[in-house]
Amino acid sequence: MTRYLLLAALAVVALIAPFFVYPILLMTILCFMVFASSFNLLLGYAGLLCFGHAMFFGTGAYIGGWLMKEGGLSIELAFLVTALSMAVLGWLVGLISARRGGIQFAMITLAISQFIYFLLLRAPFTHGEDGLQRIPRSDLFGVVDVSSNLSLYYLVLAISVAAIWFFYRIVHSPFGEVLRAIRDNEGRVESLGFVPERFKIVALTLSAGLAGLAGAMKASVFQIATLHDLSFHVSGTIIFMALLGGLGTLAGPIVGAALIVLLTDHLAQFGEWALIIQGSVFLAVILFFRKGLVGELQAFVKRRTARA
Amino acid sequence: MTEPLLKIQNLEAWYGESKALHGMSFDVRPGELVTLIGRNGAGKSTTLRSIMGIVPKRTGSILFDGTELTGKRTFQIARTGIAYCPEERAIFSSLNVAENLTLPPVLKAGGIADSELLRQFPNLQRRLKSQGTKLSGGEQQMLAIARILRTGARFLLLDEPSEGLAPVVVKEIGEQIRQLKAQGFTILLVEQNLSFARKVADRHVVVENGVVVDTLTNSELEADMARVKTYLGV
Amino acid sequence: MFDHISIQLLLGQLLIGLINGSFYAMLSLGLAIIFGLIHVVNFAHGAQYMLGAFVALLLLNHLGIPYWGALFIAPVVVGAIGYAMERTILKPLRNLDHLYSLLATFAAVLIIEGLMRLEFGSTGLPYASPLPGGINLGFMFLPWYRGWVVVFSLVVCIATWLLIEKTKLGSYLRAANERPEIVESFGINVPLMMSLTYAFGVGLAGLGGVLAAPIYQVSPSMGSNLMIVIFAVVVIGGMGSILGAILTGYLIGIVEGLTKVFYPEASNLAIFVIMIIALILRPNGLFSSPESSR
Repeated sequence: MTRYLLLAALAVVALIAPFFVYPILLMTILCFMVFASSFNLLLGYAGLLCFGHAMFFGTGAYIGGWLMKEGGLSIELAFLVTALSMAVLGWLVGLISARRGGIQFAMITLAISQFIYFLLLRAPFTHGEDGLQRIPRSDLFGVVDVSSNLSLYYLVLAISVAAIWFFYRIVHSPFGEVLRAIRDNEGRVESLGFVPERFKIVALTLSAGLAGLAGAMKASVFQIATLHDLSFHVSGTIIFMALLGGLGTLAGPIVGAALIVLLTDHLAQFGEWALIIQGSVFLAVILFFRKGLVGELQAFVKRRTARA
Repeated sequence: MTEPLLKIQNLEAWYGESKALHGMSFDVRPGELVTLIGRNGAGKSTTLRSIMGIVPKRTGSILFDGTELTGKRTFQIARTGIAYCPEERAIFSSLNVAENLTLPPVLKAGGIADSELLRQFPNLQRRLKSQGTKLSGGEQQMLAIARILRTGARFLLLDEPSEGLAPVVVKEIGEQIRQLKAQGFTILLVEQNLSFARKVADRHVVVENGVVVDTLTNSELEADMARVKTYLGV
Repeated sequence: MFDHISIQLLLGQLLIGLINGSFYAMLSLGLAIIFGLIHVVNFAHGAQYMLGAFVALLLLNHLGIPYWGALFIAPVVVGAIGYAMERTILKPLRNLDHLYSLLATFAAVLIIEGLMRLEFGSTGLPYASPLPGGINLGFMFLPWYRGWVVVFSLVVCIATWLLIEKTKLGSYLRAANERPEIVESFGINVPLMMSLTYAFGVGLAGLGGVLAAPIYQVSPSMGSNLMIVIFAVVVIGGMGSILGAILTGYLIGIVEGLTKVFYPEASNLAIFVIMIIALILRPNGLFSSPESSR
């Protein structure tokens, strides 16, 4: 019951927020919430640290932007095609990397993302260091105008909610159960006759699709796609978001994304200190609060109820 | 009656959340050869690992030669004069036989010199340059025992040296262990193979579910085989 | 298509590849040693390399200690920093998933690079070559200093390899790599050995930084781009394989040089293409033995 009340309150806040807060900032938060959830699917539920996750986000931004600018696609089609094409990329990356567990998976995905970074640096349609600029906000279904920040906000909100709901369904499906089992004990899952590698590839495919969607949304929000979106810096930030909020919880990375976007917004004026503070908080989380904010909160509530 | 060399009291040990030892108490006197017998999973190996400090958590008291071991770390325990030969033998594949043999450092006076070791375990002499894990099971077991004799430790913890070996090799290992006892080593042996245990040991400590349920001398064991067999479930 | 490629260009790029390869080999060697023994993927390796270069620069500018002194002092200083890092942020994570130690070193990079940028700015600082001049080889001009780098790093790599393969200390390291608790049960202080191994690997990175200072500009970000290449080298060579790291380091440097001759646009990509092909053909790494695979 309280859960529905909470959801209803959240819905009201989300609907009226753009009248109080700059919509671009809100949309940035939403994009990173989806992106962080896609990362959470891999590390939080499948135990796979994708150390170059920005490759799907950044490439998604380019593809989404290009489809709207040069392809003339309506916005929802551009998003859809981007998500699908990034899912294909995720599948390919999975084919190469899923056989390797843990640390090796992290290093391989990092290297592949770097490969894609240099590839896009050279590709003509990305315009190199300048990035893909002046991306139009195409009409929804070819008819509804979403070029204003406010109207785009509601579109991004609706898509983000749908994406997070999709994520929720994945992790609570039998497929999600198997993923968690692989994370906890891969050998046992294998002995039950499953092929963990296949599940990992599917997880990577789904996650990449979501990350690509987040990237395409970001391109429509800022109307620009740059190499920074797929840089290692962004890959690091998304790990930080997920870990700070709490891996393997639905809300954790979403909360983490919101906090970090707001924090970055505030810290921007401090220059180098921003990086140092980010690194210090990150280190503190790793050393002392590995469950993350939401995870620690859940553990606290559990202890309380256990005592009561 | 002499003071015990090793005195274990109310020893408890955990692997993560699960408790493996529930208050073990027993003694080993100097020069004695004691076996820990019991079913699989009774806590025999865990007892040796607890003495050595290779379990995540342990409480109670392990008094060795007047020194309390529970607060100490594995390498400090080794330096008090205890040597440990694990069940899986742990021969290092990246080291050859000679390197495996001479890996443990000499910690105290009184260890057996390398030349003497090779005389005592002649099989190893011919294979010194081979990769450690290329040896046969019996040879690996010999190597695993031989290498811990050079440290100067006078108290040996041997975990199932007869396991998985052919009867003729088991007999040879038994011979080696008797010889070690004759050389004055005190030995705590984990063993499932009763016929092997009764040939070498003075006393048998029966372990069940992480506690000591019985202690028998060798003659009591002979006299009451039926009772012991119910302990072992055979 | 080879007609217009002169032999001068080819040999020149090969030599540059060899010099880059020297750095790759030395850095991935340290990374492989650290990973092999304590299973930490040291993401801070590039930052520690950068610290080595800065220590050399500061020694020169503030204490007047020349390059040849820095060659010994800087690795010790950086190694000591590494030791402190191991004790404070890596040791508490030792029994957890190795991903946490990777992330901890990553967080350390943010802090170290941020602090260095705060103090020294982002622009590169020059470090005068201790061996000015050079020799004309006919096909190219070889600065003495670069020749020194190739020779010296080769000596360091071989010495380190011998240390690990042929000495008693090395056999402790190899054995502890397989079964640390058994080696500790022999009375060896394995936890201390682990900390010192990390410090040694980090010291090698610092040494690489000193070597690099006169060639590349000394700047806070000089390690971060190199880092990802080094990661790829370690993956290609087989994680934790010492010899694999050294050989792959040189190999990658040379291949990179050759790509610059034949297909300059792809020179940044070559490493990663090799990595992907190597992963498909030899998933455990080019130089890994079946037993070292996990």
